[in-house]
Amino acid sequence: MGEIDRIAEILHKHKQDPRYLLAILLDIQESENCVSIEAMRAAAEYLGVSESRVFAVVTFYRTLSQKKKGRRIIRVCTGTACHLRGSAAVLQELEKQLAIKIGGVTEDGEYTLETVNCVGACALAPVVTSGENSFGRMDPSKAAELLAKGAFA
Amino acid sequence: MRFDTLSDLKNYKNEILQKQDKRKEIWICGGPGCVANGSIILAEEFAKALDNKASSDVSTSFWHSIKVLIRPEENETEKLIRTGITGCMGPCENGPIVHVEPDGLYYQKVTVDDIEGILGSIKENIPYKAKAMSGHDGKPAEVPSAENIPFLAKQKKLVLGKMSTMSPLDLDDYIAHGGYSGLIKSLDSMTPEEVCNEIKASGLRGRGGGGFPTGVKWESCRNSASETRYVLVNGDEGDPGAFMDRALMEGDPYSVIEGLTIGAYAIGSSEGIIYVRHEYPLAVKRLANSIKNLEEAGLLGANILGTGFDFHVEICKGGGAFVCGESTALMTSIEGKPGVPRVKYIRSTEKGLWESPTVLNNVETWANVPHIITNGSEWFRSIGTENNSGTKVFALVGKVKNTGLVEVPMGTTLRQIIYDIGGGVAQNRPFKAVQTGGPSGGCLPASMLDTPVDFDSLTEAGSMMGSGGMIVMDDRTCMVDIARYFIDFLVGESCGKCVPCREGLKKMQMILHDLTSGKGREGDTKALEDLAEGISDTSLCALGQSAANPVLSTIKYFKEEYIEHEKEHFCRSGVCPGMFRVTIDEEKCKSCGLCSKNCPADTIEKLDNGKYRIKQDGCIKCGACFEVCPFSSVEIVKEVSKDD
Repeated sequence: MGEIDRIAEILHKHKQDPRYLLAILLDIQESENCVSIEAMRAAAEYLGVSESRVFAVVTFYRTLSQKKKGRRIIRVCTGTACHLRGSAAVLQELEKQLAIKIGGVTEDGEYTLETVNCVGACALAPVVTSGENSFGRMDPSKAAELLAKGAFA
Repeated sequence: MRFDTLSDLKNYKNEILQKQDKRKEIWICGGPGCVANGSIILAEEFAKALDNKASSDVSTSFWHSIKVLIRPEENETEKLIRTGITGCMGPCENGPIVHVEPDGLYYQKVTVDDIEGILGSIKENIPYKAKAMSGHDGKPAEVPSAENIPFLAKQKKLVLGKMSTMSPLDLDDYIAHGGYSGLIKSLDSMTPEEVCNEIKASGLRGRGGGGFPTGVKWESCRNSASETRYVLVNGDEGDPGAFMDRALMEGDPYSVIEGLTIGAYAIGSSEGIIYVRHEYPLAVKRLANSIKNLEEAGLLGANILGTGFDFHVEICKGGGAFVCGESTALMTSIEGKPGVPRVKYIRSTEKGLWESPTVLNNVETWANVPHIITNGSEWFRSIGTENNSGTKVFALVGKVKNTGLVEVPMGTTLRQIIYDIGGGVAQNRPFKAVQTGGPSGGCLPASMLDTPVDFDSLTEAGSMMGSGGMIVMDDRTCMVDIARYFIDFLVGESCGKCVPCREGLKKMQMILHDLTSGKGREGDTKALEDLAEGISDTSLCALGQSAANPVLSTIKYFKEEYIEHEKEHFCRSGVCPGMFRVTIDEEKCKSCGLCSKNCPADTIEKLDNGKYRIKQDGCIKCGACFEVCPFSSVEIVKEVSKDD
């Protein structure tokens, strides 16, 4: 199934009411790792709203991105508890290991590195997440080791 | 099971309650901390140990029962035993936690190897000592029940009460633990007005941080002239360092929805929306599961329990914008627009979501409602202090020994929470500050530790209650760096609609970055104060109005650190790069060599007299020696220029 069909399927899961615009875009983001111009046009047409409104929503919310993200998103929590316990060093190490900066995608398209404000697992600070898995009490060497072992894949 | 009338539900409740005392239960904590420490695998192994045919997918099949012989002394009785995962039990530091009911015993750091021992101890009816949680003397408690464990003994678990003893997925469990008593009572014997008055009389104040009286909000919405009214749950817990709402939505989702249903009945609404951060996927799943079960049971939908009351609930996921926790921004976001705040000259209770009267309350506020209705406002007022009734849940994190989720009566002091419950500062380092209220709150120093935790006292002290993050900081935390951290956060989260917040915060950020990178100039601190005043006075919404709090409170209580950063380019906490030097005080050094062993740069040498010295050329200032030295002989001193 191509992108256009997948998007059509997502659209039809939601009622044709502008209130579901964000919900639709979040689903598209999850399925496609980005919200393309075509997807925005399709959503605008489906809900009967202006393209500019869809564009405004896509650019406002941090989760939605026009640039294609990696297949896996590694998120380093930079919440207060994680910050206090050294998340900056973990982030630096992952940037080095993946050879990308925050928001970047690795050359093979596998990983995107992001920060997240708080994942609510502060007792385990600092935390790194990948998909629905959280990895607690990180330090630079542990994070590098997990990455090498493929734990974030 | 579907309940068509009130008596259907009442009868079913009695039926379940009668079955209750017949069994033993082993609950494994499913909070995020314990899950990351392997509690899901542990739960699966417990299930297998009880029943080798049991499905290993504990996330969907939540309990297994099997007959085992339990011997209280001589009398052999046959009991059912079940095991399952719960929401967060609180003592996250020592997970995975296992809780045995009805004995109320808590075990910590449980591994698969302990399963046999725990099952054996249940059969013998004695505690399993090997993993008993620590008692008041710091050693494993003889009987590890809540009153013997300092972390739990000083708490008052009201909204978190059920979370250690039931499956968050199972409606029967919720009903068995007192769930839906509040809705039954409301629909059975109270008019909507009476429900409203009861909440008003209870003195319940908004747990999201604002502290606005909930009952007053409800009443004003109830009295507004409109056909359509909405009730909303604010589950957009964006404060970094806070996970109370996540814990509630994951661990006791039914109580939030029951509270919401009671609220809808009280104000005359038939539609509710729960707004949840998309960063909390499990909370979304658990809430969706609860809504589905409640619809099937007839506790949500049309004509609930045959009373003619209709109520539908939907979930709306956020898109990762902190500002959406602000009430009007949240409503704009639900409408499917960019979540920017609106000017609030008309209250949301008159014109809120889609211009209709709307009540928006925080997750924890809603979870309090069923308790108040069931037990009465007078009972609720007996907990806490005069103008701050009830309890408050906190996420106790940072440099504290026992991190975790705690619930205390309002009016408990910061010292009691941090020292009696939290066990004090990690590694026994000196306490420097406690941060409450998230990016809108402030940092309070040791001299304020006896401040009672309630809405008014914290605001008076220069911080705020906020949603309940409580972050403990030790002497290795730089207060200027913390201010920089929060302002960085807020710059990223400012929606950009109003100028003072968008541009003012950026100016503050530039100054703070200079201060923390050795480029401070005289007058910087004063400039920060001036900017703070302007931003607070002129911003459109609460995000901007409170954005300066972290800066103002750190300047108020830790001005000397700002001055050092500004004038001497010195960071006494050893955090800001290039602004300090690490040395060993030879007088204090006991030649143990731990520092040298732990130095990643291998730059600590042994002197002829047996003492150790840091070779400054190779030092990367990581602080490893500082952390490990048992004699506090490692010191942070001012950087000296090469010619000195």
